[in-house]
Amino acid sequence: MSSAAESAPSWHGIVRQALKDNNVRLVTYVPDNVLRPLIEGCHADPYFTTFPAAREEEAIGIVAGATMAGMRGIVLMQTSGFATLPNVLASLVVASQIPVLMLVSERGTLGEFNPGQAIVCRTMRPILDSMGIEHHTLSRLDEAAFIADRTMRQAFATRWPACLIVSPLIAGGRK
Amino acid sequence: MEERRNTQVMNRAALTKRVVGKLTKQEAVIGGIGNSNWDLWGSGHRAENFYMLGSMGLAAPIAMGVAIAQPERRVFALEGDGSLLMQLGCLSTIAAQAPKNLIVIIWDNGIYQITGGQGTPAAQAGTDLIAIARASGIASAHWAADEAEFDALIDRALTTDGPHVIGARIDNEPGKTQTDRDPIRFRETFMRGMAKPV
Repeated sequence: MSSAAESAPSWHGIVRQALKDNNVRLVTYVPDNVLRPLIEGCHADPYFTTFPAAREEEAIGIVAGATMAGMRGIVLMQTSGFATLPNVLASLVVASQIPVLMLVSERGTLGEFNPGQAIVCRTMRPILDSMGIEHHTLSRLDEAAFIADRTMRQAFATRWPACLIVSPLIAGGRK
Repeated sequence: MEERRNTQVMNRAALTKRVVGKLTKQEAVIGGIGNSNWDLWGSGHRAENFYMLGSMGLAAPIAMGVAIAQPERRVFALEGDGSLLMQLGCLSTIAAQAPKNLIVIIWDNGIYQITGGQGTPAAQAGTDLIAIARASGIASAHWAADEAEFDALIDRALTTDGPHVIGARIDNEPGKTQTDRDPIRFRETFMRGMAKPV
């Protein structure tokens, strides 16, 4: 990464900093193209323990276990992966009040080409709302640091999971 | 190398007591949904036990998370065969990260006992979960031929680097006691247990 790229503010640099500011060291993910710079940035930074899981549910379990044992974590995934999670969110993370962080790159909106992704996308916020999981969408660089930091801070203070949604407005999305 | 068909059928409640009886260093134990949990509950209360009330299939991933967060503490997952079958990919994730302090015990009775004893597709097909664990990249994955070997495998898991996977063929006796259904208390108790040094 060049020094110019490092100094220019980016959504992924902002999220990485918010993770550090909130002592979140464990990053698990199921890959996504939009999330690539965040995933690569976390892998390159020895502050984080970063690795992929085979499935999003499994990543939620890993972060839940680590959180209970004193290591805070986040699960990175795309919209379709989030849609596999309602049972484990409801029966493990929400029922036990474990502050697991999630970050979802939003596909299925603002120019989506795949009808399947567009329909899955419409399930995401209703699922989060139905369980009272706080979610905020990163759509502008000037708000991103505040939203990311405050969302994480509240999750740990209130012992409740939380979700950041990365909009194509800030990340560009898939074209 | 033992094959599943050559192993003795044992009893989950008895084996759970044998495991817990060997724990002297505040080892964490994650009980899988249903009977795995109930027999853990019946083996005596420990602050280091976490009882998973839903999220079928996540006992091993939760245990892996604890193991990564606390490399000095040994961490057990007690998981049923049907549960593991729901989340087989976690064996590759465990193999890839290779937490030395993680031990996964598979209770294999070939049935979904709690929903009425229906056979699993794995039992019908003759799927060998220990062979899958080994093929996933976990070198230390063994069936326990009998109770003596089960004890020996647990002793080895407590004294050597893992990850370890131990398979035990069990009968279809249901759990004798049921857990409370109080997930917030379980989480709080477990976190207090994990906050104490090993």
